[in-house]
Amino acid sequence: MKFFLKKFLDLIPTLLGISLICFFMIRLIPGDPVLNLVGERGVDPTRYLEMKKSLGLDLPIIEQFWHFLKAALQGNLGTSIVSNNSVWAEFMERFPATVELGMVGLFFATLIGIPLGIYAAIKRNSFFDYFLMSTSLVGYSMPIFWWGLILILIFSVKLGLTPVSGRIDLTFDIPLFSGLYLIDTLQVSVIKAEGFKPFWSAISHLILPATALGTIPLAVIARMTRSSMLEVLGEDYIRTARAKGIKKSRIISIHALRNALIPIVTTLALLFGSIITGAILTETIFSWPGIGKWIVQSITARDYPVIQGGVLIISFIIIMTNIFVDIIYYFLNPKMRN
Amino acid sequence: MKTLVIFGLLLFSAQYSAFAKSFVYCSEGSPSSFNPQLVTDGTSTNATSATLYNGLVEFESGTTKIIPALATSWEISKDKKTYTFKLRKGVKFHTTKYFTPSREFNSSDVLFSIDRQRITTHPFHSVSGGKYEYFEGMEMGKIIKDVKALDSSTVQITLNTPEAPFLANMAMSFMGILSEEYGAQLSAANKKSDIDNFPIGTGAFVFQSYAKDSAIKYSSHPNFWGKHGNIDKLIFAITPDANVRHQKLKTGECQFVNEPSPADIPEMKKNNQLIVMQDAGLNVGYLSMNVTKKPFDNVLVRQAINHALNKKSYIDAIYLGNATIAKNPLPPTIWSYNDSIKDYEYSPEKARALLAKAGFPNGFETEIWTLPVSRPYNPNGKKMGELMQADLAKVGIKVKLVTFDWPTYLKKAGLGDQQMLQMGWTGDNGDPDNFLNTLLGCGAVASGSNYAKWCDKKFNQLVTDAKSTPDMKKRTMLYKEAQKVFKEQAPWVTLAHSTVFKAMAKNIKGYKVDPLGHDNFTLVNVE
Repeated sequence: MKFFLKKFLDLIPTLLGISLICFFMIRLIPGDPVLNLVGERGVDPTRYLEMKKSLGLDLPIIEQFWHFLKAALQGNLGTSIVSNNSVWAEFMERFPATVELGMVGLFFATLIGIPLGIYAAIKRNSFFDYFLMSTSLVGYSMPIFWWGLILILIFSVKLGLTPVSGRIDLTFDIPLFSGLYLIDTLQVSVIKAEGFKPFWSAISHLILPATALGTIPLAVIARMTRSSMLEVLGEDYIRTARAKGIKKSRIISIHALRNALIPIVTTLALLFGSIITGAILTETIFSWPGIGKWIVQSITARDYPVIQGGVLIISFIIIMTNIFVDIIYYFLNPKMRN
Repeated sequence: MKTLVIFGLLLFSAQYSAFAKSFVYCSEGSPSSFNPQLVTDGTSTNATSATLYNGLVEFESGTTKIIPALATSWEISKDKKTYTFKLRKGVKFHTTKYFTPSREFNSSDVLFSIDRQRITTHPFHSVSGGKYEYFEGMEMGKIIKDVKALDSSTVQITLNTPEAPFLANMAMSFMGILSEEYGAQLSAANKKSDIDNFPIGTGAFVFQSYAKDSAIKYSSHPNFWGKHGNIDKLIFAITPDANVRHQKLKTGECQFVNEPSPADIPEMKKNNQLIVMQDAGLNVGYLSMNVTKKPFDNVLVRQAINHALNKKSYIDAIYLGNATIAKNPLPPTIWSYNDSIKDYEYSPEKARALLAKAGFPNGFETEIWTLPVSRPYNPNGKKMGELMQADLAKVGIKVKLVTFDWPTYLKKAGLGDQQMLQMGWTGDNGDPDNFLNTLLGCGAVASGSNYAKWCDKKFNQLVTDAKSTPDMKKRTMLYKEAQKVFKEQAPWVTLAHSTVFKAMAKNIKGYKVDPLGHDNFTLVNVE
């Protein structure tokens, strides 16, 4: 109990520290949200001051931070300077898209990466092993922007198998319930009206972006699985198991894989953290309306409330993911309980 | 007979469904609001005033000619300060899930729309932040003295001083008319800000739904008052990457793309399934010289730099040929463009001679600030800066290239920190005042848009006089004269007017390229 309490108490100074750094860092970058709004037109000094005042940017910086903190504690993250919408509402509109793409991308990477890694470990130093490891190195160093466009060119333009970009065929009107199209397209009302067409459309729209997003994690997972498996396969208890005449498949799947999975799960948790906070390049190429692009756009526009609020929410999610992983370890590893 | 009627009806309904036309437009970004009063960028204008709203007057499709829209006619008083608009009758606002109008458009809607921007105590003024950048930027708050409804179909607007570009301002996107009745409904429900997110207008399309960064859906307005094409369902598929927009056009996922990349144009032109339209854009790219800093306070130096730069090479390398050399600050599509003006020809010899005359026989050291963002009037500021650097080195001027990110660039340039600066402008309303006064008038030095900080008394008098007379002949003459003064004084090197491209599927008919750069699909037919 003390362990959990400590973890959650740690949350407060961490979030405070992040807000403080983010708040002041963004104001250290030169540039002015008001001037960005008016663009080439320019603005006369009186109007400029009026606009600054209306955005609360005329107050001393400490006072601005205090206002932000007070509002954030009450669950109000402010209003975007550019769109005038609440930061929280903007985040919630985009977050499901990021989660859907991230989950499918990671699922794809795990589903293919782990078996490939295991096979490479079993066939160590074979042609397949070398081929896989060099391919994964290529996958790891692939520029996503280029890779995404190549995928579009081959599968959408040349072969006509998948759509170029977007989340679903825009002629469908799907009432949003969870924000995840894979779930929302299975609502009874949608199936009654359109059948499973919207669901297949959502899947076909996910294939290319999930492949592009999952390529680097796939390479990481495959390499990680291979090395972790090799380490475990060299252990004494595996030799003993072999000596006892246990079937090879059983040794691999039951004895070796279970232990080899521990570092893989850690890697997956880290990858999950980075994917869920937005995949800027993939989102841009595939016109995916997620939060990575949202944050980057707000930095360019010096949309202070969006940057502050967005970073705070994302940090909270990452910290919570880590606490969750810690809790799992706590249950998995008896040593931690002492 | 009965069977025949039923058969006829069935045939009609079958035919009707066959005519239901969807049109997918690949746009480049999300609109910042659905109220044209609150936006200044082209992306938001396309999604709002061009589709959902009408003004009292509008620009004729494909031109900058002002034509009647929600006003059928107008009268200007003798002192040129009072404009009386007769309003169109029988105009219906959109009916949606969130609003059903009980009356037709009338003068209270006009008052509601203008007063929200003009009067700070108006109940809607501070809704959604209360920033009316375009209205303020065009100085409409200072121009308009009063707006009155004479009766339900007559509106009178009084100005503080005669202002010739006033009608052109009235045709701009921020003067779109919103429904007063809808405003009252939202006030009663205490949901005022919905007016900017769930739009009601009189335009050819009715708002259906919007998913941020993904899509905007519209349906056709069944009771639209004007001429319209056959689009039933209009979809904006938000696709920020130009290359991806091109691929989507090729696969038929969209029928029209905005801002195609110049590099893709040759391939698009070769594709016989596509149509590529082009027109001279209402823009100018320029290099301004800060006349408050040495040595640019010397007119000879400014003229020398005009001779030293090889503009033709920039058109080829930076615009890939998709632009024309600019000799005036006005684009040639605007009336009063002075074609008799001779440009400074590219001649390093002449430049060196002028520099020697100015007391700089060995040149000098200076800075050029290069544009950090890609703009239609200058697609690649950095590369252009490098070419300029090489050209100026030939006449002995050593140039250091400097750049900042866009907000910083604007801030520092407004303060006048720069020596030479790449900048540009896309016209708002097709009036010469919008270029000559907005970018080069003495008043623009303080407001920040006169980046050369050039305040020439003679030039300023000419553009101020032109602004206060409605006589087109006189205005034309004054603007032509002002362009002469500009050329002699050379506060800028005018670089280019870029060409605007639009690419669409072959079955799209009736689209006209708008010189102001907006996309309006009211008259478009899908065959």
